[in-house]
Amino acid sequence: MSNWLQLFINSLPGFLDGARVTLELTAIGLGLGFVLGLLAALGRAYGPPWANALSVSYIELFRGTPLLVQLFLIYYGLPGLGVTIDRFPAAFLALGLNSGAYQAEYLRGALQAIGEGQMMAGRAIGMSRWKTVRFIILPQALRLVLPAWSNEPIALMKATAVVFLIAVPELMSKAKSIAARTYDPIGAYLGAALVYLVMIFILAEGIKRLDRRVRIPGFGDAEAQHGV
Amino acid sequence: MAGPILEVRAITKKYGKNIVFQDISTTVNEGETVVVIGPSGTGKSTLLRCINLLTRVDRGQIYLDGREITAPGTDEDEVRQHIGMVFQNFLLFNHLTALDNVQIGLRRVKGMPPETAYQKAMAELERVGLADRAGHYPGQLSGGQQQRVAIARALAMDPRIMLFDEPTSALDPELIGEVLEVMRKLALEGMTMLVVTHEMGFAREVADRIIFMEGGRIVEEGPPEIMFGAPQNARTREFLWKITELYGKHEGQGRGNPG
Repeated sequence: MSNWLQLFINSLPGFLDGARVTLELTAIGLGLGFVLGLLAALGRAYGPPWANALSVSYIELFRGTPLLVQLFLIYYGLPGLGVTIDRFPAAFLALGLNSGAYQAEYLRGALQAIGEGQMMAGRAIGMSRWKTVRFIILPQALRLVLPAWSNEPIALMKATAVVFLIAVPELMSKAKSIAARTYDPIGAYLGAALVYLVMIFILAEGIKRLDRRVRIPGFGDAEAQHGV
Repeated sequence: MAGPILEVRAITKKYGKNIVFQDISTTVNEGETVVVIGPSGTGKSTLLRCINLLTRVDRGQIYLDGREITAPGTDEDEVRQHIGMVFQNFLLFNHLTALDNVQIGLRRVKGMPPETAYQKAMAELERVGLADRAGHYPGQLSGGQQQRVAIARALAMDPRIMLFDEPTSALDPELIGEVLEVMRKLALEGMTMLVVTHEMGFAREVADRIIFMEGGRIVEEGPPEIMFGAPQNARTREFLWKITELYGKHEGQGRGNPG
């Protein structure tokens, strides 16, 4: 036990380096995925038929295939089509595209749950469809989606581990090189697990706080009271 | 009486083969309160939605201030600014306070500067007696208060006409009175109103004209004295007798307890 602890402390700079890259991958993947997911969800909920078809294809394609396959297709496949791509952009792109497909489904569910009534009320005071979406529907849908969506950053952070396969120096690949250097794979991977655990705990706490902060006063009670 | 604000000419609405209403024609003059009554499922709500262009008519024309709003190429968003709509289930914006519900149209549709929009919104809340609830969210208000905020939200746009779609049907009996009171006040102030309701007391007292609709057609229309006193049509008589029986009770309560 003390051996592992010693190893962990000695290798801490390596773990932290990897953790920083993992955080970066999570943040950029999540951000890109949010933009893509939002566009796809809006396309599905309010778009013309072509936007709807495009969104459905995107969502099904990226939810229906393994992230690793998507990553390899982007990193090794795109150069075959004459597009060179570095390992970092390839990792961001794969994670973003994959996460976006999941986020789209969460967001679509929330948009649908807001219901036609709010759209009608917005239109009734002379707002355009887009303005109603922007000022009425989205602010409510984004709050509503939080509890379900909060799985996504956590799932995505864990999923970033696969990009060590294209040699992005994130936490997992750092753990691997620490294992090789120290001949102590158990210590190295336990160390990595511990760092993941701490980051995910902090992430989950942050999301809980956000959820509490943006809650609409009285909204939950209102539903029970008036059955709207 | 001043000239017509709303004119509906032989409009028909169908969903597939199912005819919701057919050949409806009527006129609402400035300052007039017209109440539409009739059994459920006779297209009264759909009629209001068609007038507000939330649903398209299949035939016929609708004129607002002499301008045809069913004409192709009409800017529907612009038209709706001039037609206030109050829904049965309030449909307040749940994430906004009462004040923001009222001023969002002023800010985002009319493009008013914040200070002017605030003054105007507060004045409208005052008008429905809810200035002291400006900072409350819909979920923190009673049904009656929510509906009054919804009325203020519609009024804030300075509409030419207000449409009410069974504004008290979703309310507990003891909350109906305060909403009817606000509507009565609006009618007295000279607001032009088209009201679908089952509140016969309100209809009798406030309406300048009552339209009885059934089976997607206007069966009979006339001033309340005649409609309630001596309706010409047997169906009108039968309906009024039934509805008074059904709704007579809480109406009395509502009147005895004005907001």
